[in-house]
Amino acid sequence: MSQITNILVCGVGGQGVMTATEILAEAAISLAFDVKKTEVAGMSQRGGVVTSHLRFGRVVLSPQIVPGEADLLIGFESAEALRWSHMLKPGGVALVNSGRIVPPVVNLGLFDYPEDPVAKMRALGLTVHAFDATTIATDLGNIRLGNTVMLGACADHLPFPAQVLRDAVLARFGTRKPHLVEANRQAFEAGRQAVGGDALAA
Amino acid sequence: MPVTQTVPAAARMFLSGNDAVARAVWEAGTRVAAAYPGTPSTEILEVLSRYPDLHTEWSVNEKVSMEVALGASMVGARAFCAMKHVGLNVASDALMTMTVTGTEGGLVIAVADDVGMSSSQNEQDSRYWGRFAHVPVLEPADSHEAYAMTLAAFELSERLKSPVILRLTTRICHVKGVVQTGERIEIEPAGFVKDPRHWVMVPGNAKPRLPSMFVREAAARAEAEISPLNFQVDGSDRRIGFVASGPTFMHVREAFPDAPVFKLGLSCPPPLESLRRFAGTVDSVLVVEETEPLLETEMKAAGIACHGKDVLPRIGELAPDVLEPAVRRLRGEVVPEPEHVPAQQVFPRPPTMCVACPHLGVYYTLSQMRNVIISGDIGCYTLGAGHPWNALDSCISMGASMGTALGMDKGRGKVDENKKVVAVIGDSTFMHMGMQGLLDITWNRGNVTVLLLDNRAVGMTGGQDNPGTGRDIHGEETPRVDFAKLCEALGVKSERIRVVDPYELPVLFKALREETKIEEPSVIITNRPCVLIDHYQPAKSYTVIEDRCTGCGNCVEVGCPAIHVTRRDKAVKASGKEVDLSFVRIETSACTGCGLCVQPCAPEAIVHADPVQSVQSVQFVRK
Repeated sequence: MSQITNILVCGVGGQGVMTATEILAEAAISLAFDVKKTEVAGMSQRGGVVTSHLRFGRVVLSPQIVPGEADLLIGFESAEALRWSHMLKPGGVALVNSGRIVPPVVNLGLFDYPEDPVAKMRALGLTVHAFDATTIATDLGNIRLGNTVMLGACADHLPFPAQVLRDAVLARFGTRKPHLVEANRQAFEAGRQAVGGDALAA
Repeated sequence: MPVTQTVPAAARMFLSGNDAVARAVWEAGTRVAAAYPGTPSTEILEVLSRYPDLHTEWSVNEKVSMEVALGASMVGARAFCAMKHVGLNVASDALMTMTVTGTEGGLVIAVADDVGMSSSQNEQDSRYWGRFAHVPVLEPADSHEAYAMTLAAFELSERLKSPVILRLTTRICHVKGVVQTGERIEIEPAGFVKDPRHWVMVPGNAKPRLPSMFVREAAARAEAEISPLNFQVDGSDRRIGFVASGPTFMHVREAFPDAPVFKLGLSCPPPLESLRRFAGTVDSVLVVEETEPLLETEMKAAGIACHGKDVLPRIGELAPDVLEPAVRRLRGEVVPEPEHVPAQQVFPRPPTMCVACPHLGVYYTLSQMRNVIISGDIGCYTLGAGHPWNALDSCISMGASMGTALGMDKGRGKVDENKKVVAVIGDSTFMHMGMQGLLDITWNRGNVTVLLLDNRAVGMTGGQDNPGTGRDIHGEETPRVDFAKLCEALGVKSERIRVVDPYELPVLFKALREETKIEEPSVIITNRPCVLIDHYQPAKSYTVIEDRCTGCGNCVEVGCPAIHVTRRDKAVKASGKEVDLSFVRIETSACTGCGLCVQPCAPEAIVHADPVQSVQSVQFVRK
């Protein structure tokens, strides 16, 4: 069996989890990997749990990541990152948006939101890079840039150069929404820097 | 927005199973394709509608979509219909006679089973319909196979003059993989041949045709034995040989790369002689199928010893994490503890209704009513069963809220005598299967108040069009159903039909109070569109004046996800009763200004965000 990279992206319906995974997939395809991607997205899933599995390598068979075999966990929301912690392999890395989306069941007082999900993950012995992607995106002018911030953050944790992912992000907006290219370039770099990465040449 | 898009040329593409089926349907020269949206099958027709050179449509239900496809096949055209598993139950009446007539132009039925139940009312194995109707079933294992088997299905259909079921599951429909595609072939239909003995299924004509099903089945069985869609993968570890159909093949290969596998693509009727030979080459056989032990039973009946559901679960997906421990147990090995952190307990996060969803007002109002039994239906509004409304007492199947409500009304005893029966249904659902139920209510003088939630979209599947939106699958204008007139035609008195704005809570509440008091069928139609369809216009957002908020929590009860609790407290009332307080803020960036939360806010603490100004609040009467 050839080496396969497993990436689990999780978050809340409406955050752009599936779009971000799609862009990661496009980057892997551009390098001629075999790629499979799947998600749980029943109903409209608005406000519900969304997970997207991405696997790439020479040949990919099953589309699903086995618990304990994800190389990378990309959490778009901190409690969701905690929920899916068991998917990470020993020594894997979690990139977590420390921003919170509190669901109605918590507002109604039926359940508690975990006090500090990131601290809890670290206490489990996981390697976690946490940063407030929601605020970074909002400061850049649009909360919807959050998924590009997350992609920027994971760019240096992939088995291919960060430029490949950035090209995939910009290519997507370059054809569909050219006016958003610059904002997404900034969001991507902000995400990279949030986890200590260097800026790429423009 | 009429769509005329250029079709991508043949290439290596990254396609979901649904995309791949759509591409192959188009390439096969299909002239007619129909469906009713249903997860996980919805995208097949959405994608197909962007292709030129064929008629695509949303039908009002799956049975109609199958009839449309059959009609096209009768005149010699290649035809296609798609549905989710429960949709085939609806279409089964057409299927069970179509199997007697047989088909002319290739006819493929894609059926998507929701294995793992991401969004359905049950989990069922549609492969049974192949056995029931004596039609071949093809089971792809990924996007590439979904593409190739769709093309193969049209050819098989034309060779056998039979409809062919393409059985998909969620992990085919919603998995993307790399597919090498081709170009469309054009096929000119041979034309309709008048032949009542073939097409008019009265007993005198149908009876002589019955044996044709079994002749065809024998031909399909012979084909299955030699079909390249059924093949064997050799392996050095001969302790267990796997028999896999559909996506389980990929899981087996992933988890047990050294084991021999017999892979079934044309799985109905199964190639029993080939499977018998395979069984002779391994120590034991494990059948891996989702979800029912169908092949397992057929193999055992043919005298082929095998394991299956004795070690594997009968429900849900058979991904590697499920397969591995089961196979270890079968081999008598100790199952090791997993090498990862244990799953963490985090609050549940079910899907929610959207900010400003017009259904919020309906369910808030229903939740404030006492002594009602609420018969629910399938759609976004099924979420009304959840918190904070808890305002659904049943949900069975598409359109079933009507008949169920009538049964509740007629069947109730003394204990329920004073309760009001309310049925809830959406616009598309009403046309799918609800109309007949309403007709039954009026005909049999049921005492039911129907809430017809017309949000001008098939909301739950992503806002597709229906006869109530006035647009077709391409977004082009078509006649729009007038629901009030339709209900009147179905026997509801015109004075018992009201059209109300679900954002005006007191008006909605009053209408419900009045109509449930009157002991005859009534319909309340709500008229606000889904907030996700493209022409929704948000209004000015609201905010909470902190000093004025008394923590009553009435606005939280509306259930809008834009309302957040900032602080909880307890207070003791003059009566000595302790009450919970919830102080709130509104997520201004999410709020679309529908004003629903303003209405139950007694202290008038909710005002327009900018400029800050007081808004006239309406005291909501708690009954």
